[in-house]
Amino acid sequence: MDMQRKALAGATLAAVLLTAACGGGTSAGGPSASASAPTDPAKATGEITVLTNRTDMVTDGTLAKYAAEFNKTHPGITVKFDGITDYEGEVKIRMNTENYGDVLLIPSTVSRDDYPKFFSSLGPAAELSKKYQFTEKGTVDGTVYGLTSFGVVNGFVYNKDLWAKAGVTEWPKTPAEFLTALQAVKDKTGAIPYYTNYKDGWPLSGWQGAMGAITCDPKANDKLATSRDPWAAGSDLNVSDTLLFDIVSRKLSEPDPTTTNWEDSKSLLANGKISSMFLGSWSIVQMRAAAEKAGKSPDSIGYMPFPAQVNGKFCAPTTPDYVYAINKHSQNQQAARAWLDWVLDKSTFAADVQGISSVRGAPLPTALKPFEAAGVEFFELSQADSGKVTTIDNAAEVGLTKPEYRQKLVDIARGAAKGDLAGAFRELAGKWAEAMALGG
Amino acid sequence: MTPMTGLSVRSARSAPPPARHAATPPRRWRRVTPWLYLAVPLIMLVTFTYVPVVSMISYSFTDWDGVSPDRSYVGLDNYVQLFTRPELFSVFATSLFYLVASFAQIALALYFAAVLSFGTRLRGFFKGVIFFPYLLNGVAVAFVFLYLFQPGGTLDQVLRLVGVDAEILWLGNPDLANVSLSGVSVWRFMGLNFVLFLGAIQSVPSELHEAAMLDGASRPQIMWHIIIPSIRPIISLSVILGVAGALSVFEIPYIMTGGSGETKTFVIQTVKLAFQFNKTGLASAAAVVLLVVILLITWVQRRLVPEERTPST
Repeated sequence: MDMQRKALAGATLAAVLLTAACGGGTSAGGPSASASAPTDPAKATGEITVLTNRTDMVTDGTLAKYAAEFNKTHPGITVKFDGITDYEGEVKIRMNTENYGDVLLIPSTVSRDDYPKFFSSLGPAAELSKKYQFTEKGTVDGTVYGLTSFGVVNGFVYNKDLWAKAGVTEWPKTPAEFLTALQAVKDKTGAIPYYTNYKDGWPLSGWQGAMGAITCDPKANDKLATSRDPWAAGSDLNVSDTLLFDIVSRKLSEPDPTTTNWEDSKSLLANGKISSMFLGSWSIVQMRAAAEKAGKSPDSIGYMPFPAQVNGKFCAPTTPDYVYAINKHSQNQQAARAWLDWVLDKSTFAADVQGISSVRGAPLPTALKPFEAAGVEFFELSQADSGKVTTIDNAAEVGLTKPEYRQKLVDIARGAAKGDLAGAFRELAGKWAEAMALGG
Repeated sequence: MTPMTGLSVRSARSAPPPARHAATPPRRWRRVTPWLYLAVPLIMLVTFTYVPVVSMISYSFTDWDGVSPDRSYVGLDNYVQLFTRPELFSVFATSLFYLVASFAQIALALYFAAVLSFGTRLRGFFKGVIFFPYLLNGVAVAFVFLYLFQPGGTLDQVLRLVGVDAEILWLGNPDLANVSLSGVSVWRFMGLNFVLFLGAIQSVPSELHEAAMLDGASRPQIMWHIIIPSIRPIISLSVILGVAGALSVFEIPYIMTGGSGETKTFVIQTVKLAFQFNKTGLASAAAVVLLVVILLITWVQRRLVPEERTPST
């Protein structure tokens, strides 16, 4: 009996080890597939599943309406949507299998070098970049694997009524002017001048969007890959982080950042309880909707560029949203490509979310007309080396786009953590340089 | 498959044993049957516990980023890194708050269990009140307390009613944040200890304390000399669970503060390494280390407080 038990235990263990060994196997096989558009859209058939982070658009039927519109020209293709709340976390895990939809948004954790192992080629970059902007983010070795439908700019969304009451009618041109304006809002209206969204974290990480807005340099982000001290005086990171630090240390932000709430922040802004937040231009739609819900005019929501000018001009670098890709294991490559092309070229999606369409020559969304009128300079922030930047960033555990890095700055600013700003910058730069020395 | 074998066992049992000496097939079935019954739970245990643990251990020797189909073997690199970067271990300091809290939790639970095991009015009601938080989902608890701790939130309002009018940043103040969070943890988990203790106390023969009462022992004396020694296995189990829990605190601080400021625990740090910085290899190594630390502490604790017999739990 005892022997038998041992034998069985041994067999079980062996089975466990074997499964573990197999489970860890790779799913990448063969060269990357390529997805071409069907020659006759009316005849293309198949059923495709689209993974999306916009669960709200799945529930309220917005996406179904796009699909219905799509079916007018592509009657043979059935489009299904799979809305995922924890998009990044869940899709990353699903990508260990072959079942991650037919069309999906590339999770930001996937390293760019791995794109060919997961996604179908969409065509040569030289060709696609003539038609679309923001192709660099999805390009590996001259081949495009991901395309975005829209890009955004970053700036301060603010409550116009509050700012008018505080006597500030012109956009501040320097961080110092911005701080003075916030102080005026605090003194004259009693509202909280700036809301950090510290607790939820991701809106705070949005400060990374100031990259390039200060130096007006399209290569600002790429330069991080070769810069030994990205926090040197005058750099984008230095100026924007210092502004954030000053806002908090001068008590121009909410009293307790640890209990903030993103969903509430929209109505707080609409109701004039808080006066500004630094967010991507995608947020304008949501803020206007919140204003409407609160019974206020949507026009009370304003949007201004980062308070910095080069040669008397504000700069607004544009960056792509999530990029769409096609699963290389998809059985319906053509149908998937047809949907992708339709979303980019024919759908009103970009305009509906007030995004900057990735199709070159498309008009700016209405929300950004004031920028255009004020002569703000728009330019595409280069993403050529963003893969390398992410690698260094992860190795250094700095987390440029992760909450912790700026939460720490906020903590120092409000006196909840030891140290000072210069010391924090030194520490960050030290980690960065070390990771770079190790080859990222 | 299973019902069939069940029947054959029953027929083998109902037959007089000596007469069926020569019948070998039922005998073989007899050996296999328990394994067949066990197959389902065993398969589940292996699939959902042992396979992941073995994979985790194997990841800890690689530089896998969690997504990429490729990974390379890096030997003990991850472990070397863990032990040579003091900041990765300093987060265990946060666990001290929860450790102290878990002792307070055991003491409180013991107190309530003792009080409610004697005839108290509204016993059932109070038992329910104390056990209820444990039934709530941790995420819901965290959200409820987030509102409680907000400036001008429920806690501040209650304090104002009793005349304390101070805007205290329960989570915003770095000196207070961990105390507040471990308070939530005590509130949530005390019910479990309480029920364990209550059950154990009620299994102590009542003649013992009746005899002690007749001899003139006071309630605290009965508690100290009769009840506590009788339920020692359960107390020591609670201590082990408390220590292990304190080292691996996760959901309450993760949801309430996201581990910002001083509230980062070892598990939160591990999750951040794996899912923010894509260092799945390093994070797996951290998880393995945590597992070993907990096993070690349990072992030491069992050596220090040996038990005469294992508790039936």
